[in-house]
Amino acid sequence: MATAVASHAHPPTSTGLDHRKIAIWAFIGSECMLFASLISTYLIYKGRSVVGPFPHDVCDPPKCATHLNAILNIPVTSISTFVLLMSSLAMVLALAAVENRGKPGYEGILGSSKFWLLMTAILGTTFLGFQAFEFTSFVHEGLTIRTNLFGSSFFTLTGFHGAHVTAGVLWLLTLLAIDIKRGLQPKDALLVDISALYWHFVDVVWIAIFTLVYLIK
Amino acid sequence: MDNEFRHTNPEIDVHAMGEMHEHPTWKEYKWVALILTLITVVEVWVYYTPFSKSALFVPALLIMSAVKFAIVVLFYMHLKYDHKLFKALFTGPLMIAMATLISLMFLFGKFSGR
Repeated sequence: MATAVASHAHPPTSTGLDHRKIAIWAFIGSECMLFASLISTYLIYKGRSVVGPFPHDVCDPPKCATHLNAILNIPVTSISTFVLLMSSLAMVLALAAVENRGKPGYEGILGSSKFWLLMTAILGTTFLGFQAFEFTSFVHEGLTIRTNLFGSSFFTLTGFHGAHVTAGVLWLLTLLAIDIKRGLQPKDALLVDISALYWHFVDVVWIAIFTLVYLIK
Repeated sequence: MDNEFRHTNPEIDVHAMGEMHEHPTWKEYKWVALILTLITVVEVWVYYTPFSKSALFVPALLIMSAVKFAIVVLFYMHLKYDHKLFKALFTGPLMIAMATLISLMFLFGKFSGR
């Protein structure tokens, strides 16, 4: 056993690993199964809606009362996907800033965990803004959670993901408040690492959703 | 734990965090972000090309998505550098989730055209 820092000591465990990090990985594993069930439901119901609007196809009378365009907005969602990917970059840089505080090469912006945590929260909030815009425009175009099978499974899946992003943003803002109040030190790296794991998981779920829901016709 | 890796910052308890190797630098993270962006651009580009009507469109998208998924998990979530218990805690449920998804798709006839 090489390093052990008294100020950061955790209770002894049979694995030598911190409980909290094991717990977050176990939680992420369980979340994989939650999102797999939601994605399965979406894919099973895909193409089985009786009435429009449809995700990738136009709907004309008599199937629909009026002409309805394909509802998914790929350009807007592509931008929001890029925003979420960049938030993951900001998150790893926040963790690197905390772990390497005071080391050469991590001066200025690069070593500012406050800046990167704030950037991650802003990018996460921007993603939520895109989602709110998308949901609102869908409702205006006649798609609600009760309209058809596509609406039910789409809003449930993306709504659950959005709720996870919201929780992640609140978590990040909490870390930012701690950082502003007393400054996150290298001994606090585990706190940031755990929140980063959750944030990146939210990102990988969106990678799957973007392909399976938005791009595959 | 047989981890002999020491973080360059002695305040970091690498044993508790399960770090087996030094994490990437910000320069490597920047390259990872660029690769993820490029793959996303290609995904969206092929969506608008005639290739989207090809039988290879869906497999190509799934492969690109899987590559992005793996890159984020390995580099940003540090699974490549961390303890094997974390790998097991993630890949085990992920395999169960994928098996469940594929089983449900078969069960509801999504692969038989019903």
